[in-house]
Amino acid sequence: MKPDLAPRLRAGNLTVRRGARIIVADANLTLNAGELTVLAGPNGAGKTTLARAMAGLLPSQGSLSLGGTTLAAMSVRERARTLAYLPQGHEFHWPMSVEHIVALGREPHADPFSQITPEDRAAIQTAMEATTTDTLATRIVTTLSGGERARVALARALATQASVLIADEPIASLDERHQLIVMDLLRGIAHQGAAVLAIIHDLTLAARFADRVVLMNEGRIIANDAPIAALTPERIAQIFNISVHRIETPDGPLLIPSRAL
Amino acid sequence: MAFDRQGSLLTLLLTALVTVLVAASLMTGPAHLGAETVAKSLFSDQGVASIIVRDVRLPRTLLATLIGATFGVAGAALQGLLRNPLAEPSLFGAPQAAAATAAGLMAFGLVSPVSLAVPLGGITGALLSVGALVAIAGRRASLTMTLLAGLALASLAGAAIALVLNLAPNPYIALEIAFWLLGSLRDRSMIHVWIAAPFMVASWVVLAANARAFRALTLGEDAATSLGVNVGRVRIWVVIGVALGVGAAVSVAGAISFVGLVAPHLVRRFYGSDPARTLLPSALAGAALLLAADIIVRLVPGPLEIKIGVITALIGVPFFIAMIFRERQVLEESA
Repeated sequence: MKPDLAPRLRAGNLTVRRGARIIVADANLTLNAGELTVLAGPNGAGKTTLARAMAGLLPSQGSLSLGGTTLAAMSVRERARTLAYLPQGHEFHWPMSVEHIVALGREPHADPFSQITPEDRAAIQTAMEATTTDTLATRIVTTLSGGERARVALARALATQASVLIADEPIASLDERHQLIVMDLLRGIAHQGAAVLAIIHDLTLAARFADRVVLMNEGRIIANDAPIAALTPERIAQIFNISVHRIETPDGPLLIPSRAL
Repeated sequence: MAFDRQGSLLTLLLTALVTVLVAASLMTGPAHLGAETVAKSLFSDQGVASIIVRDVRLPRTLLATLIGATFGVAGAALQGLLRNPLAEPSLFGAPQAAAATAAGLMAFGLVSPVSLAVPLGGITGALLSVGALVAIAGRRASLTMTLLAGLALASLAGAAIALVLNLAPNPYIALEIAFWLLGSLRDRSMIHVWIAAPFMVASWVVLAANARAFRALTLGEDAATSLGVNVGRVRIWVVIGVALGVGAAVSVAGAISFVGLVAPHLVRRFYGSDPARTLLPSALAGAALLLAADIIVRLVPGPLEIKIGVITALIGVPFFIAMIFRERQVLEESA
């Protein structure tokens, strides 16, 4: 099922400070080609900070290597072609059309004067179809619903066709159907050879779709394992301060929060 | 995409409009000269007619075109950088800061009004003001922060002007500065054009070079950075570009405001909101607006010519207030 498990993005002893406060402490995390890694943890655990630091968007201490090269040594454009990042919140400041927004994902591939190439067009189309946003192509992005915007934002990140994708809460505002579609899509991209890291809150979806689950709490990585091994009731109680019911189903375990501890 | 073809056609129409206004500007003035005379006087020596057309009307026409275009591009670029349709150089006192610096230099007899030091002074003043805005507005550049920072800086620039007027060595100089601050293209010579044009053209080049970054910035700074945009560098270049253009424009024509707000807004209706795509049309629209305003000031009868800065402010302020109403929902959300 997994073509190869070559490390694509590797963080070694990554520490991020804000002032005197340590937001992420000594994180060791490798994103492998062919794997969907889900990063989960309670609010304020440092998930977004770790994701941004791994994408090279935040100054950090420790080592970061992308495909064997030190991240800091790469040019911004080279990095942009290799690593796509989908921020939380899905900002769209100008009322541009969906196809224009998705086309921005091709920026890292364009030289300053080039027009859109057939390859760009194909990548844009594929990304829009995968996220079911192709029917919205000519719509103005700022007039869309939250869920539609989230899919457009994801399509933009996919259009880059980078070998590493880091997505911060890609399913946060989606309805159930689209949550399943997007999780399936992220896993599909990973199984085609990309290294994918997604921050999500739904532990059942994490258990069901992820190849690996990384749990964070108070700036530290607590677990980094196969979903079943990572998401034990004891660990969930320890990290999230909740008790869960675990129900086995043909699609994998259902983790239903029962009460706050 | 569909916008491309429509865009080229509109650009052609805008260029034609600017050309017509340039011709109209060359034909406007107290001396009645026919189109044929104007054309002949421009390209061959026709005595007094040539003096009027070449030495009086041509400089102000060229300056109106260049300065209008500069404010148009500067407004569009700042709006792109700050992701904010209300950003405009004059809202945070850039022209006023440029004027204060340039006026200060002249008032105290440090430099002659037609020396290169005047635009350089103006550019320095504008640089301080634009740089401070971008620094204060910060990474997120929220609407509220931008407007508050703008308010503070405009007040500071106003105080600097008052200080120059206060300390002016004699009342005539103070009066001259006061008039100059209202903005005018009257009595400018080709020397003024040559002094300011290189800086303005440089500012267009600098700002246009960042067009694609403005487009990526619509997704916010993190996403833009992940797409290969060096946001810190873009910010510095925009500050430099706007300061070069606005500083040079103001130091030859005084404080002309609101063209940078109105021009991008007008073209956005026709070209869409892609900030990379609005730069060139904003330049053309800015040139057309200022040419039209400069024709209007010459057509209004009266003993003294109305200052062009008064006209642009009279049009610009109600426009700005209307835009605030349109953005009110966003403002209330971010408050």
